[in-house]
Amino acid sequence: MSVLIQDLPGAVGPAGGTRDLGFARYLAIRFLLIIPTVLALVSVVFFLMRATGDPITIAFGDRLTPAQLQVKLHQAGYDRPLLTQYLEYLRGLATGDFGRTATDDQAVSTVLRTYGAATAELAGYALLVAVAVGVPLGMVAAVYRDRAPDVALRLLAIFNYATPVFFLGLLFKLVFSVWLGWLPASGRASIDVQLELRNQSSTTGLYLVDALRSGDGAAIVDVLEHAVLPGLTLGLLVAGVLMRLVRTNLIGTLSADYVESARSRGVSRFRLVTRHATRPALIPVVTVLGLQVAGLLGGAVLTETTFEWKGLGYELAHYLSARDFPAVQGIVALFAIVVAVTNFLVDAVAAVIDPRVRY
Amino acid sequence: MDEVLIRPTPPVRPEPRRRWTLAGRSARPGLPGRPARPTRPTRPARLARGTGLQRAMLLTGAVLTGLFLLTAVFAPLLAPYGHAQMHSGDVLFGSQQHPSRAHLLGTTIAGYDVLSRVIWGTRTAIAIIVAALALSAVAGVLLGLVSGYLGGALDRVLVGVADAMYAFPSLLLAIIMSIVISGGQSSLVGGLGAAACAVAVAFVPQYFRVVRAEAVRVKAEPFVEAARVIGTGPWRIMTRHVLRNSVRTLPLILTLNASEAILTLAGLGFLGFGVEPNAAAEWGYDLNRSVADVTSGIWWTAVPPGLAIVLTVLGTTLLGESLTDLADPRLRRRPAAAGAGSGAGSGTDPGADPGADSGSGPDLVEEGGQDA
Repeated sequence: MSVLIQDLPGAVGPAGGTRDLGFARYLAIRFLLIIPTVLALVSVVFFLMRATGDPITIAFGDRLTPAQLQVKLHQAGYDRPLLTQYLEYLRGLATGDFGRTATDDQAVSTVLRTYGAATAELAGYALLVAVAVGVPLGMVAAVYRDRAPDVALRLLAIFNYATPVFFLGLLFKLVFSVWLGWLPASGRASIDVQLELRNQSSTTGLYLVDALRSGDGAAIVDVLEHAVLPGLTLGLLVAGVLMRLVRTNLIGTLSADYVESARSRGVSRFRLVTRHATRPALIPVVTVLGLQVAGLLGGAVLTETTFEWKGLGYELAHYLSARDFPAVQGIVALFAIVVAVTNFLVDAVAAVIDPRVRY
Repeated sequence: MDEVLIRPTPPVRPEPRRRWTLAGRSARPGLPGRPARPTRPTRPARLARGTGLQRAMLLTGAVLTGLFLLTAVFAPLLAPYGHAQMHSGDVLFGSQQHPSRAHLLGTTIAGYDVLSRVIWGTRTAIAIIVAALALSAVAGVLLGLVSGYLGGALDRVLVGVADAMYAFPSLLLAIIMSIVISGGQSSLVGGLGAAACAVAVAFVPQYFRVVRAEAVRVKAEPFVEAARVIGTGPWRIMTRHVLRNSVRTLPLILTLNASEAILTLAGLGFLGFGVEPNAAAEWGYDLNRSVADVTSGIWWTAVPPGLAIVLTVLGTTLLGESLTDLADPRLRRRPAAAGAGSGAGSGTDPGADPGADSGSGPDLVEEGGQDA
């Protein structure tokens, strides 16, 4: 990145020392702003959910006698004043304690760790697909601006937007696993592979990493086969956004003076697009990719449900239908933290790239 | 056109949210002296060439939306059965029946007629879009107006909460809202109303941000000061003077949000938090029921409701974007395009009146959001 900045006009910041200090100050302030964002979301969710009653009654109200409920309520501490519970919940969050689930009495942090890896893996595949599909298509659209390929891609993008991610997933499943039989329809791996991966001495929860470490070729293939359809489904959601952005930015840089001058020096058209115009056009893409994380998480809930990919989104849907509010709160809080931290990173990257962002 | 295409998913803009950048307006990550999105200079040229395509898009959008509305209006005539009907006479439809003459698109696992549910689903979709957008616009406008005009601590808290919610997946907000409204017990309670509220919550921050930014701008205008000088009360100033000058971009956002609302509702239904099947037909819920069918090769329960969603979103998106373009004065200056479009536009949706005197619709939409 720093190499890029050097040869940009107007990118010369103030003298080194003050600039670094300003940057550090900006980052520090920006980092502290994560806290109110997360706090606002967690508080809204906490009070909204409590507005419907305490978690125990909601989860077990129809199955237990009032006396049994009372005992359970007391054990879990839900009979204390709401404000006390709220403060305690916040104190717990600060130390990484997300409470315990109401229905199956697990530590929520364990649930988050177990299933978070699966969601992270899916998000990784999706980002990979998004970049691999979105960036080249955006380049094609920009180069053939307003001609047939551009128009076709534009229509494709609208279709892509109009198709709900779960319907796309169902279509993929129908065509590629049921009709053609090429790929598995659901799950993260076959059952025997799953057992094999779990029995390893140390596991990361990221099946691809675990499979690579086990060195079992068949397991790697199996894990990858299961990843294709979910990764593609979720990735295309972001790819459409990336494509339009790359197209717009590239059209801008293609008409810039320095590209014109490179053209006059006899730089080939291909090199002009791939080297000169694309690199600066891609810088905002980094930012947008970060801002897409919220959309990605929302899409992950739907994709995981479609493909029975046992990650946080799948568990969220499961706990929601079981009315297990502590678990739901924990997952939502984690999502909030992830979104807030990514937004911080995005702003930090933007500040590194563009000195005007900071003082 | 491409600037417009980016808009259906608002958080996509390349700028980081302005509020965090501490440096105000110059904070684009685009490079100095090298604008990252120079749509302005190239736009006339592109429009000149793109008019044919644009007209086609507007037409397609209007036709699809018109079909959707007509289907909803004439659903009782079009649908062969009721949305929760499981037998005709004494004969049960049967579960997962292949498409046949009696059931053109087969039956679902619960034994409903697929075609009928798809047709009745248009009514659910319209009811919820209208209710949700109205709710979110009213709540967002009121909060934004009060927050922007009064300012102070309330403003800061509301902006903080709205920003946090805006950054969060809207689907999750909707889910949380729907279980809160339904009391955490059963989504039968409230039915359509609960779903509408849930979808509405996801859009409130958007209206809040736009209107608040406008209110902050308008309250510094001389006419507001004049009203204050002659002793007009704050509520009257807010409703008479500030409100009317702050909501001119709203019809455009409403149109664009319609498609987003359908997708949110469908997502909600797909996760099982929408409308109960015997209360009304809802496409997302039907898709949820069809996940298992797909695995066993039954396509007719999944494809029709899915296609209904795609076509409806496609129609409203194309229409919304075309109307946004028509409301753009830079387009209106071109007599040919304006003449061709505005007639069809005002005919299909009076809400997005191209004659609204917005300086430039799309830009205000975006900048309004960033000022928050």
